[in-house]
Amino acid sequence: MAIKTQPVTVNLGPQHPSTHGVFRMRVMFDGEEIVDVEPVFGYLHRGSEKLAEERTYTQIVTLTDRMDYVSSMLNNQAYILAVEKLAGIEPSPRGVWLRMIAAELQRIASHLVATGFLIQDLGALGTPLIYAMREREGILDLFEMLCGARITNSYLRPGGVFMDAPDEFWPALDRGLDDIVRTIDELETYLSGNEIIFSRTKGTAVLPPELLINASITGPMLRASGVDWDLRHRAPYDYYDKISFERKLHTASDNYARYWVRIQESRESVKIIKQCIEQIEPGSVRPSFDDVPRLIRPPVGDAYAAIEGSKGELGFYLVSDGGIAPYRMHVRASSLINLTLLRDMLIGGQFGDLFVTFGSIDLNMGEVDR
Amino acid sequence: MSTVWSGPALAEAIEAFAPGSVESSAGIDVWLKPESISAVCEGLKTRAEFKFDLLSSLTAVDYIDHFEVVYHLTSLPMNATAVLKSRVGIGRTDASIASVVSIWRGADYQEREVWDLMGIRFEGHPNHKRIMLWEGFPGHPLRKDYVTYDQSIVSTIPDATGGDK
Amino acid sequence: MNQAFLDNSLWRNIYCVLAGDSAQCAARDYSPGMLPGGMEWLAFLLAAAAIVGLFVNGVLGGVIVLIWGERRLFGRFQSRTGPNRWGPWGTLTSVADAIKTMFKEDLVPAEADRILFNLAPILIAAPALMVFSVIPFGVGTYVADLNVGVLFIMAITSLTTLAVLTASWSSANRIAILSALRSVALLISYEIPMALAVVGVIMLAGSMSLGEIIQAQGVPFILVQPLGFFVFFLAAMAEMARAPFDLTEAESELAAGYLNDYASMKFGLFFLAEFMAEISTSAIITTLFLSGWRGFDPIPSHFWFGAKLIAVLFVIIWFRMTLPRLRIDQVLKFAWKGLFELTMINIVVTAILIFIWPQPTTAQLWYMAAVNWPVAIVSIWAVSKLLGTPAYEQTQPDLNAPTYPVGSEDIPASSAYVPEVKTQTSLQEGGD
Repeated sequence: MAIKTQPVTVNLGPQHPSTHGVFRMRVMFDGEEIVDVEPVFGYLHRGSEKLAEERTYTQIVTLTDRMDYVSSMLNNQAYILAVEKLAGIEPSPRGVWLRMIAAELQRIASHLVATGFLIQDLGALGTPLIYAMREREGILDLFEMLCGARITNSYLRPGGVFMDAPDEFWPALDRGLDDIVRTIDELETYLSGNEIIFSRTKGTAVLPPELLINASITGPMLRASGVDWDLRHRAPYDYYDKISFERKLHTASDNYARYWVRIQESRESVKIIKQCIEQIEPGSVRPSFDDVPRLIRPPVGDAYAAIEGSKGELGFYLVSDGGIAPYRMHVRASSLINLTLLRDMLIGGQFGDLFVTFGSIDLNMGEVDR
Repeated sequence: MSTVWSGPALAEAIEAFAPGSVESSAGIDVWLKPESISAVCEGLKTRAEFKFDLLSSLTAVDYIDHFEVVYHLTSLPMNATAVLKSRVGIGRTDASIASVVSIWRGADYQEREVWDLMGIRFEGHPNHKRIMLWEGFPGHPLRKDYVTYDQSIVSTIPDATGGDK
Repeated sequence: MNQAFLDNSLWRNIYCVLAGDSAQCAARDYSPGMLPGGMEWLAFLLAAAAIVGLFVNGVLGGVIVLIWGERRLFGRFQSRTGPNRWGPWGTLTSVADAIKTMFKEDLVPAEADRILFNLAPILIAAPALMVFSVIPFGVGTYVADLNVGVLFIMAITSLTTLAVLTASWSSANRIAILSALRSVALLISYEIPMALAVVGVIMLAGSMSLGEIIQAQGVPFILVQPLGFFVFFLAAMAEMARAPFDLTEAESELAAGYLNDYASMKFGLFFLAEFMAEISTSAIITTLFLSGWRGFDPIPSHFWFGAKLIAVLFVIIWFRMTLPRLRIDQVLKFAWKGLFELTMINIVVTAILIFIWPQPTTAQLWYMAAVNWPVAIVSIWAVSKLLGTPAYEQTQPDLNAPTYPVGSEDIPASSAYVPEVKTQTSLQEGGD
């Protein structure tokens, strides 16, 4: 006898423990199977792009902190690169090295958060998350030494950074890098070989690389499908052309591959920081105020600069009308664009995989809604 | 290091397969006629000399007398980038342009965002709805003539919940 | 007074002090009772009330301590301190939590079925308490020694699912319904391996009475029945919906599942029932497999029982802290394709051993253990090989392959990826 059933629409979020903020989905279930998903955005929309039109180029740095609040340094870096491109500012070398160190530390912190929350979404009651967050605390302590702030850093300025690292930063950084390597080893020991994690994440939410490219998805998600695309390598900005690192790729393109790529990338970031420490040169951390005034007035025109953020290509598009504030600022938010294939990933899957897939995308609502 | 297509070179290459579609070109930018955007993008994506398979960014700028839709394209195989622009809504009329979702799916949310915040309609978008703001929000906030009246926003909330249902 | 009750020291001590002049009590050297003759029925009722009060309050006190202990352990596992503010070492935290829970506003959703909604917390708390009535906490410390004690436990613990179903249906909440469906699926799947895992124990002891099972454990049955213990432990974890089988609550998916809409002390009862189930499961495992209150002499039996109980609780908490959750299809697959087969192997091997050594002595139990352990290790290894997820065949892309996405020609036709609008509209018709 066939029992007549009908799909059920369930509202998940914005108040839900696993939506990484205030994301909302209307999900249609047939039993445990997902029939349809409709994402609903905008619960954290703060109009950053509009706000930027009324602020000077230096003030906007603080706005970028609050977009993807787990990788502020990378946001700063992308924005500063766009300003430098727009205004034709030549950055001072020591400032560039310092911001590369800061950006790579931030990338590790962001990947640790992503891994921790992925395992949390898998149902581990906090232990791996707290292990990951504990290490992130160490990185935040380093940021505190650099600029006095922990999360909303605002460390970068057009032309470099706003202050040099204190002397005690360098030994602390060495210790911190050892700690990071140890933590990554620890996480890998506990997580990579874990049968439950492996069976839950292997083969779920598989996406072909062609589709990922077509949907503009970049970053660890694209590299987990075996596409060798890393802007640090393909279109080097700052001094990444003086750095050698390995691009970590995985062909499976499932949730496990995304997790694996993030863990391995954190290791590569440690190597990059070590090379930066070797190559950093003494000098001023930013050009003098004669060269780069406090109120920058870039020539009329536009510029787009993109970096390899922790979640994918993070780009800033700035239009100048010659004034002290940008005429228009647009953020190419990788978190939002990486969600394009959410329906493809979820439909046909199980309810249990919904938030795991969500966690493996590694989105940040501050960046999705801006 | 990635190559950046210069505007005139790209304009010439586009003219070769889609004659009459380029308006002007300068620097690294190519201005296209809005009605030819679909054909040009299809060609840029599939033709062997371009292979722009990834749409990096899609946005729009309000230049008071017209809007400008800006496409940043990336070619993974060629490691090249290019910038396409298109002027729409000249004289601040109703602005609309053909959607490129059928060419690059990555344009899906970006076009919705442009419609939501800038008010440029994308013809042929499969799910042409607001994305950040609720249905029934008055105006498009990123336009230069948008004035923020907090009271007016509050007064429309009952409509908004009805539209969101 | 029934002879069975008078064999129970707990009943005898209370009843005979009250009504000592009855024949049975007199035979056991009790001084004349406090109540006049002919009032035995009152003595019986008072004894019953005293014992029930003792057990209920004992269990609730145990829950309070367990909540504190579990949270402290969580802290230790997560390299933090845990609750440490209220009372020495934070011991009064649970008390404060209990007071807070009682004084919260009692909310009932507007669309809820009020009768069932209020009944569900009682339905879940009552069976969790009833299980304790057959568990011997020490020599002669039990409410009743049923001759079908194991069967009683199996029957009573299944009632929890009824309560979960009632709670989620009555609160008219779709997420809760999903939780209830999972709960029923878990019950149906795990009740069978759980019951079959105990068959080995029953065969060895020759009885379903928990007292006699303890008497039969000259060697703790965890050594004689490793497979049975393995299956029973995992099935019990699934029965009480503990990690890695906590699918009914599934914090990260269903938020809180069936108790989404409960507030105040109704939520408190669910919470209590969960921890009571944890204690009772540990007590059952202790009784069936860890030889209950048995130990060596200078230490009293109650301490032995308590120590074993705490050890099992620790392992359960350790599991909960360490392991992520399985998906529902994997959980069911694990029950039917893994645990069920293991219990079958266990039953066959145990039956053969019982056929060779009927009424086993302690020495013969050791022989059985020697046979059972290799069987257990080999069969668990085989099942893990069969059910385990195979590793990837290839993880690194061939950068020179012609089909490699970067630089390849065959980017698929874009029309294949246009999002469908049809289902989007159907979603809107569904409404919230």
